[in-house]
Amino acid sequence: MTTNRRDFLTAAVTAAGAALTPELPHTHEHQAVPSDLALRVKALESLLVEKGLVDRAALDTLIDAYEHKIGPRNGARVVARAWSDPAYKQRLLTNADAAIAELGYGGMQGEHMVVVENTPQVHNMIVCTLCSCYPWPVLGLPPVWYKSAPYRSRSVIDPRGVLREFGLDLPADVEVRVWDSTAELRYLVLPERPAGTAQLSEEQLAALVTRDSMVGVGKVAPPQAGVSA
Amino acid sequence: MNGVHDMGGMQDMGAVQKEKNELALHERWEWRVFALRRAMGAWGKWNIDVTRHEVELVPPAEYLRMGYSERQFAAFLALLAKTRFIASEELEAGKPAPGYRVATPALTVEKAAALIAKGVPTSRDVPVSPRFQSGQRVRARNIHPVGHTRLPRYARGKLGVIDRDHGVFVFPDTNAHYLGEKPQHVYSVRFAARELWGEQASSHDSVYLDMWDDYLDPA
Repeated sequence: MTTNRRDFLTAAVTAAGAALTPELPHTHEHQAVPSDLALRVKALESLLVEKGLVDRAALDTLIDAYEHKIGPRNGARVVARAWSDPAYKQRLLTNADAAIAELGYGGMQGEHMVVVENTPQVHNMIVCTLCSCYPWPVLGLPPVWYKSAPYRSRSVIDPRGVLREFGLDLPADVEVRVWDSTAELRYLVLPERPAGTAQLSEEQLAALVTRDSMVGVGKVAPPQAGVSA
Repeated sequence: MNGVHDMGGMQDMGAVQKEKNELALHERWEWRVFALRRAMGAWGKWNIDVTRHEVELVPPAEYLRMGYSERQFAAFLALLAKTRFIASEELEAGKPAPGYRVATPALTVEKAAALIAKGVPTSRDVPVSPRFQSGQRVRARNIHPVGHTRLPRYARGKLGVIDRDHGVFVFPDTNAHYLGEKPQHVYSVRFAARELWGEQASSHDSVYLDMWDDYLDPA
């Protein structure tokens, strides 16, 4: 099949957009942005500010937090601590909220956390088929692919196929557990600690941990094994 | 509602498109939408289930065409109109209607910081007995509510096993329609991949869903 529905829709939208605004650059092929969207958002913000309904400084506080402060480095520190401290790992797997709070993380869209552990026999991955639920305090806001129809639709019916698209080909005898975030529990994958890391400090370990590995669509590569996903 | 948002198990959406080190939000307007939604949410006129359902009400062809942020923006505008924060004339004119009163913003910088740090817990500390225990076999109800539900189609009527009890939470099916919180237990329920998808799935694999008491029957 050379044309699927998404391609068709993208093409239709791009064609319609091009007819109206020939200069519009399409930098993100997965999201064709109507030319007036940015202006409409700006107009709404001005209106809400003028009516005294929102405070621009509060908006900036929110944006600054999730653009610059809260992201996957938080989750990487949690993972590195769990790899370094067996007692912490036990607390993390049994009472994730309290264990994550020990490192100072928690809050919006991570009020009720669950951590699931990957092993050589069990591979966990996280999805939200109904919307885009994601553990913000430890991973930040989700990337576009996590919110996209392909990932949301196919992760539950063809997890191994989706993982192959991320470059991860799991052996047939590994058990795949897909966690569909249908309620207010938010999931974090504790990836396997790679070989050759026995001498690394917690900080060095954290530097190895990728966002993808904590969603369960990648593994953590050993040091010097090349660029990790 | 059996809507396009309930896309678990669909197969015609194409391959996952991935960017290296992709940003969560690419454009400035997406960040503004993100923040505006939280700032207006602080007025307490709706809850998270209301906002989710509003996104589900975006017409299906539009839903698929739009990216995430555009969809959120469309639902946000609809919600602002329904709750009468903004009149359609005001949106068209780009300025407040004559004679409006200036409000005091609900979300201050201090409250924004508290919201980020504490969130909005949806667990409830009320004495509600669980209907199920870990290890118990259950069947997801074959129900098709026309309103909001967090029971995906692909699990309805299927047999599963209670993996763990997460405690008592607000029930979205009522909360999304301002019909009360109806707090009840939420469980992780394990469904064998073959129970959901038949022989084409691996016999080793499974899908875990979080399910409220009202989604389940004993099996």
